[in-house]
Amino acid sequence: MTKKIKNLNLNFGPQHPAAHGVLRLILELDGEVVEKADPHIGLLHRGTEKLIESKTYMQAVPYFDRLDYVAPMNQEHAFALAIERVLELDVPIRAKYIRVIFCEIGRILSHILNVTTQAMDVGALTPTLWGFEEREKLMGFYERVSGSRLHANYFRAGGVHQDLPQGLEEDIAEFCETFPKIINDLESLLTENRIFKQRNVDIGVVTKEDALDYSFSGVMIRGSGVPWDLRKSQPYDCYEQLDFKIPVGKNGDCYDRYLCRIEEMKESVSIIKQCLAKMEKGPIKSLDGKISPPSKKEIKQSMEALIHHFKLFTEGYRVPKDEIYTAVEAPKGEFGVYLISDGSNKPYKCKIRAPGFSHLQSMDYLIKGHMLADVPAVLGSLDIVFGEVDR
Amino acid sequence: MNNLIDLEKKINSELTTKINKSEIKHNQVYLETDKDDLIDVILFLKTNSDTKFRQLIDITVIDYPENNPRFQIVYLFLSHEYNQRIILKYSIAENEIIPSVTSIFPAANWMEREVFDMYGVSFKDHPDLRRILTDYGFEGHPLRKDFPLTGHTEVRYSEDLKKVINEPVKLEQNYRNFDYESPWVGTKYIKEELDSNDKKN
Repeated sequence: MTKKIKNLNLNFGPQHPAAHGVLRLILELDGEVVEKADPHIGLLHRGTEKLIESKTYMQAVPYFDRLDYVAPMNQEHAFALAIERVLELDVPIRAKYIRVIFCEIGRILSHILNVTTQAMDVGALTPTLWGFEEREKLMGFYERVSGSRLHANYFRAGGVHQDLPQGLEEDIAEFCETFPKIINDLESLLTENRIFKQRNVDIGVVTKEDALDYSFSGVMIRGSGVPWDLRKSQPYDCYEQLDFKIPVGKNGDCYDRYLCRIEEMKESVSIIKQCLAKMEKGPIKSLDGKISPPSKKEIKQSMEALIHHFKLFTEGYRVPKDEIYTAVEAPKGEFGVYLISDGSNKPYKCKIRAPGFSHLQSMDYLIKGHMLADVPAVLGSLDIVFGEVDR
Repeated sequence: MNNLIDLEKKINSELTTKINKSEIKHNQVYLETDKDDLIDVILFLKTNSDTKFRQLIDITVIDYPENNPRFQIVYLFLSHEYNQRIILKYSIAENEIIPSVTSIFPAANWMEREVFDMYGVSFKDHPDLRRILTDYGFEGHPLRKDFPLTGHTEVRYSEDLKKVINEPVKLEQNYRNFDYESPWVGTKYIKEELDSNDKKN
């Protein structure tokens, strides 16, 4: 006699601690083996692209903080670069260094969150507690420079909003001295940990070819052995003048991606140190009064500055008719902005290319044939943040 | 191809009439083609040893309601080998069905679903064309220019029905779209007046 066995459909999320946000995953299980995964996204969709179309260029910046909210400034960077390239603006060298410092801080913020929460997904609690202490310090730097811990609204077309407050450079330098020890501590908990390796080695393997076909970028493609990093291959701001290495994985599994992230944090610390050493005093935003607002002092003394200030914060600046795609190496991969300007003070269209979107779509390919318990491990190593996937 | 000028030449000489327009701008090549030639062009870009655009970065649509044909479909490609980017575009009218590229790039799956969801453009031979970002049972295509920013429905929990319900948007105050155009040179009527004065003189 034959028995008919039906596959089990399991609903994972949208409220599940290992879903890293509001992911609803419909899993088809044969026993404990996953046959099919169908991610349902969009539960955090806010219509960012539509909203940006109705805001001036300056008003659109805060929306970028809310995409990948664990590394806000990296997103702002892509938007600022897009406008600068269309306007052919020159950015002062100090502003470039400040932006690179804060992009690397963003990368560390994101990687700490990812590495430690992934460890938590596979059963380790301590790394999260140790890592979040450091994140808090970094968010302190964000707050001191922009006034808020997360939604910075700091990078503007032509530079940054304000200069670094007194003492911040020294404090960041001090952090760079102490942080590598914390990375070592995290590594001592995880890298050779038997349970961590059992849960991650040879799980979610991506081949080179598939990484290209599925539009992977960032750590997801480097983990599979493709040495591709936009900071090196298409350098923007002052990355050309900095000396850093690109960690590349070998096997393309979850464990290699974890190792890449750890190494990238070390490289980020070295980049920040180099920037601090090379940075000199000087202007921090474009000197073009039609683009960047004047200082408070100038407004009190100069009629022209007052007019500029008024016009910038009511009408905003205009961007000539053009179309451009600019991408930056965000912590999660290639984050791009495809901007269509029509000569007015608002973008005609602003398409946001989020790395997490392409990564999450490969969930079915990654998880097929794995056990149910591997779902959180793979999901963790994809580094998904729903702010950017759903936009 | 090591530089963009060679790349543009190569593409034009190989694909000849399939490329309607090509241009180099912002360190990228911008191409325009037709709907019928799309698959050929994309296959060439992906497989030719001088181009090797192995990665599809994104698919999107630009909506020009006043134009005919209305939509422009945009494909962004990246070649890791030669470190180059290409932007490929073509125009289609409303209600036109366009070929899917999922068989060439698996990554196109969700991108095309997003285009379908946001702009209502349908794809032929797409394995799973459902809405992706909007709510279950959502109506309309939000990124079209004629879709209002506030949307048509709002969602709330109804105490009477004990469930979440959709109802038409009620605004205490209408959404105000400020005309930031400068009263000195910006607004239309002054511009027209100035232009007509110029003509008279």
